[in-house]
Amino acid sequence: MSLYPLQKAIYEANRSAAVMSKYRENPAAFAAGYALTGEEADALRKPDIGLLYVLGVNGQLLMYFAAACGYEWNAYIGAMKQGLAAHGPVRAGLYATVGEAR
Amino acid sequence: MSLVFVGVCSHGPGITGRTERADPVRYSRLLAGYSRMRAALEKSSPDVLIIVAAEHFANFFMNNMPSFAIGLAESYEGPIEDPDWLRIARRQVPGSVAMSRKLIDGVMQHADVSYCEEWQFDHGIMVPLHHLTPSYELPVIPVNINCQCPPMTPLHRAYAFGQAIRAACENMAERVALVATGGISHWPCTPDSGKINEAWDRNFLDRWVRNDRAALTDYSDEAIYRDAGQGGYEIRTFIAAAGAANGARGEIWCYEPIPPFACGCTVGVMDLSTA
Repeated sequence: MSLYPLQKAIYEANRSAAVMSKYRENPAAFAAGYALTGEEADALRKPDIGLLYVLGVNGQLLMYFAAACGYEWNAYIGAMKQGLAAHGPVRAGLYATVGEAR
Repeated sequence: MSLVFVGVCSHGPGITGRTERADPVRYSRLLAGYSRMRAALEKSSPDVLIIVAAEHFANFFMNNMPSFAIGLAESYEGPIEDPDWLRIARRQVPGSVAMSRKLIDGVMQHADVSYCEEWQFDHGIMVPLHHLTPSYELPVIPVNINCQCPPMTPLHRAYAFGQAIRAACENMAERVALVATGGISHWPCTPDSGKINEAWDRNFLDRWVRNDRAALTDYSDEAIYRDAGQGGYEIRTFIAAAGAANGARGEIWCYEPIPPFACGCTVGVMDLSTA
């Protein structure tokens, strides 16, 4: 689990058109520039918005990133819900345990 | 001179970016609230507007996260988001190094702050400016309180920070207005987006209207997260505004829970004559 570099990769893409272009041109190479686990790198590369949420990416980062990747608002919310269904509760970060059975 | 205007308002990106999804009646009431606030702000004839925001990783990240930050630039750019997504055109917003420096020097007598010669405005500042200063001619001094990720400044220090801003303004010759922006209860950008705890919001706003420092600061972050979501952390901006109002009582001019905007949309103003 390396949530910090995963969030930093998204933060840097969100706030710079040049960095976002690098991501779009070669997502795998972009992801390789950060110390990520294989699962995190795959989620960033695809991108798998639902898994990124489950991995703990803050929604304030994920919202911009998803929009830049073409996710319309409802699709963004739906992707997070699907992520919880597919991968289980949020594993780290501010929302850790969201999705656990109560 | 001292502060000539103190208010609070919401800033959710849906307020400009997803307008068609709101209940038309509630949305029209929100617009009326912004319009009333704009008129009151203009009537106060400010030379500069301090906007106390809770930015969302546009400028600050966990590698170096200030609890308090103040802009120190001649101009700022925003929105950082896709203008088509937010439906606000990207532009330069005027600042004032001279007035920022006076504010920072004064605040530093009471609180430590980071200063920023670069600052990209996100929706947290651009949505309020879109409604309150649509000509973008009034110089702005951005102020940020970390409300996004723990560890965050305790609530009593947010109140004291507002008091420090007031003390600084009392030593400035300019007429200074202050608008704090944030949500009350909300779960933005998550699967629970649209959830609003109206009872919690109204209880908080009652404390804000009374400018009851003890009541305003009588929350733990654990309780805020449980009852008001991670967006509830942004009450720090409202609390700072209360501190800046020097004990004045307030009025709520609009409170409309609008789930598509992901918050109870609020416009409130302190009556500085009651201080």
